[in-house]
Amino acid sequence: MTTIADPMGFLLFTKGPLFNIAIAIFALGLAARLAEILLLGRRPNFAEPRAGEWLPGLRTVVTRTLPDPGTFKRAPFNVLTGLIWHVGFLVALLLFIPHIELIKGLFGVSWPGLPNPFVDLVTAVTLVALAATLVHRLTHPVKKRLSTIEDYLIWAVTFLVVLTGYLAYNRLINPYPLALGLHILTAELFLILLPFTKLTHIFTVFIARWYNGASFGRRGVQS
Amino acid sequence: MTTTKHRVGEHLRDQGVSRRAFLKFCTASASLMALPPGLIPAMAAALEQARRPSVIWLSFQECTGCTESLTRSHAPTVEDLILEMISLDYHHTLQAAAGEAAEAAREQAMKDNFGKYLLIVDGSLPGPDANPGYSTIAGVSNYAMLMEAVEGAAAVIAVGTCAAFGGLPEAAPNPTGAVAVMDLIKNKPLVNVSGCPPVPMVITGVLAHYLAFGRLPERDAYHRPLAFFGQSIHDRCYRRPFYDKGLFAETFDDEGARAGWCLYRLGCKGPSTYNACATMRWNAGTSWPIEAGHPCLGCSEPRFWDAGSFYAPLSVPTDLSSSRILTAGAAGALVGGTVATLARRTVATAATSRQPVTADELEQTL
Amino acid sequence: MSALSSIPVRVQSVSHGTANCGNAVPILHEVRHALERLIATGEGTQIDLNAIPFGPEDEAHLLAVLGVGEVRATIDALGPTHVQETAIPGVWLIDYRITEDQRLALHLDIGDIPEILRTQRQDLDTALTTLDARLTRAQGGAQFES
Ligand code: HEM
Ligand code: SF4
Ligand code: SF4
Repeated sequence: MTTIADPMGFLLFTKGPLFNIAIAIFALGLAARLAEILLLGRRPNFAEPRAGEWLPGLRTVVTRTLPDPGTFKRAPFNVLTGLIWHVGFLVALLLFIPHIELIKGLFGVSWPGLPNPFVDLVTAVTLVALAATLVHRLTHPVKKRLSTIEDYLIWAVTFLVVLTGYLAYNRLINPYPLALGLHILTAELFLILLPFTKLTHIFTVFIARWYNGASFGRRGVQS
Repeated sequence: MTTTKHRVGEHLRDQGVSRRAFLKFCTASASLMALPPGLIPAMAAALEQARRPSVIWLSFQECTGCTESLTRSHAPTVEDLILEMISLDYHHTLQAAAGEAAEAAREQAMKDNFGKYLLIVDGSLPGPDANPGYSTIAGVSNYAMLMEAVEGAAAVIAVGTCAAFGGLPEAAPNPTGAVAVMDLIKNKPLVNVSGCPPVPMVITGVLAHYLAFGRLPERDAYHRPLAFFGQSIHDRCYRRPFYDKGLFAETFDDEGARAGWCLYRLGCKGPSTYNACATMRWNAGTSWPIEAGHPCLGCSEPRFWDAGSFYAPLSVPTDLSSSRILTAGAAGALVGGTVATLARRTVATAATSRQPVTADELEQTL
Repeated sequence: MSALSSIPVRVQSVSHGTANCGNAVPILHEVRHALERLIATGEGTQIDLNAIPFGPEDEAHLLAVLGVGEVRATIDALGPTHVQETAIPGVWLIDYRITEDQRLALHLDIGDIPEILRTQRQDLDTALTTLDARLTRAQGGAQFES
């Protein structure tokens, strides 16, 4: 049956078998990537360490996460919109009550959520910021040339997940099972693509930030 | 059940129904179907002149809850009136006749009103490929009886979620091979009045519409009448302001439950369920499930028995298993580990088998 | 009403029902247009209040603004129907109920007199026969209940 003729069937498919497939691919892919990265490690460094690794490592985790003034001056747009939509995305994903219920169902852990209207506002801001990043990418002479198909692909899934969530919550697609099914479908696409694209950075970014600082620290360079 | 008067108007007058009562009925039906009040006079005129249709009601794999729903209201009601407007020629629970006399009445009505009778079905039935022995009436399989009865029907009304979508008999693993009426009937006007059971006024509303306008009402993708199924429970729920503010009951007896907050976290399927409960309510308007403090089960939607726990929130997938995720993760770690080990081995063998090369040797290979 | 109304669920939803406010005012404007039409052309209008997403406060507000007028009548056909002229002449409130007090419909009728109050032509058909029958019985000395 097509989705228009059987919206409930579509929703149950995305909530049932498809979700299981997506979450399995996600878990398998992510564990494989992380195991590979961590086990592979780095070439042994036989030089005498000049200083500790841990502290500088942790320092870069923090410093590279906070916007630094120099970069901000050079590219205020990138820093600001980037920050806004990342925060918005995480708020919608982790502090929206239906999502918390999902995480509770999956892992048994839960935490307090934010009121729906607040998450909705954050979502609207996130959508605008995400749209702005695309416009910027398409118009900025250097960024445009640096962008690959993959960049556009992951922008599209990210945007679509948030957009369909917004459309579902605000009842802008009818019937609702179709709207929610589309949202869950795009979220599943996101999950499936995550381990195999740049989206993996969600899980590797802090490892990488730590590693940078640690290797500087070892060499006695300021991180 | 037997009467000589064929026009609705005459018949009602014979039954002692006053003109005012009739007008009131028309007003209630129009309001029910969200028709503008300006249409009431025309509707009354059409109903007056309408012929009382012969109705054949077939009950297959069902629990009789739908018939209970229709007849469980106290007189004098709109439901009673509508039953006066039709000529219910066969309904094996309600009719006085039984056995061969009942089957003979059905065949007679089908013959006399060929092409004009209304066929109402409650219950699902074993499909053409299933064992017909799971459900028979007077030795005739449900499938054969339906197909025979549908031949001469002007329109088909599937009453209840079982007839409309398969319902409980069709729930996994569907031992009887049950199918919905709409899976079998493609060439007749068909309306699904889903619900487990359906709101009684919705059944009568559809009948009133058919009588007044001579055709079935506007329907949605599932052939449900839009006047009753056009909006979700959630969109008409009086607890909606709490949802919009993010105030949820988390157990059945916490502060939130007592204060009447939204039941989303307790598994309410109101957002994805289309039905008229929120406005028409149950038991002669006394209350309805959400008002009584229980989440909506989604009973008017296809496959609601198989849509996961009634008490799991709508956002939770139907068949969760953390062990599956752990297994997938472990398999992934294994794959990653193998890849890493292989890579290390390649590097190591490359290192051991490395042959020093001089600049001269290199030059020669060029 | 039953004991149900004592459950705090309902009370709270009324006091928190802000999402359902503000629907009364447009209806009052619609009533105004209908009154103008009635005055100009004599044409009446019916407004089905069930068809409008009303919160409990909306209905109370609407009825408070319209007020209570001179005429009040109850029709006993298929359960009670309460007819009430509001403080605005020509604006009638008709509450159609069934015996269990369930509301079937709630209409505003803008006109000289609601149709359902009038004697119906169709019922007149039986008027003479009923009266004749009663006359005959009265001559026979029978007692009447209604
Ligand atoms: C990458 C993952 C996801 C992201 C970023 C995401 C984001 C969002 C956003 C932004 C909204 C709209 C919030 C609002 O406007 O108030 C939303 C709504 C929703 N999401 Fe997700 N979502 C994700 C995954 C999922 C998954 C996997 C499910 C369920 C299986 C889910 C279930 C829902 C539901 C049920 C709603 C709407 C609730 C309603 O209609 O009121 N989401 N999501
Ligand atoms: S109780 Fe159910 S239908 Fe009502 S607002 Fe909450 S989720 Fe929606
Ligand atoms: S509230 Fe939901 S489950 Fe209950 S009768 Fe209505 S549609 Fe069915």
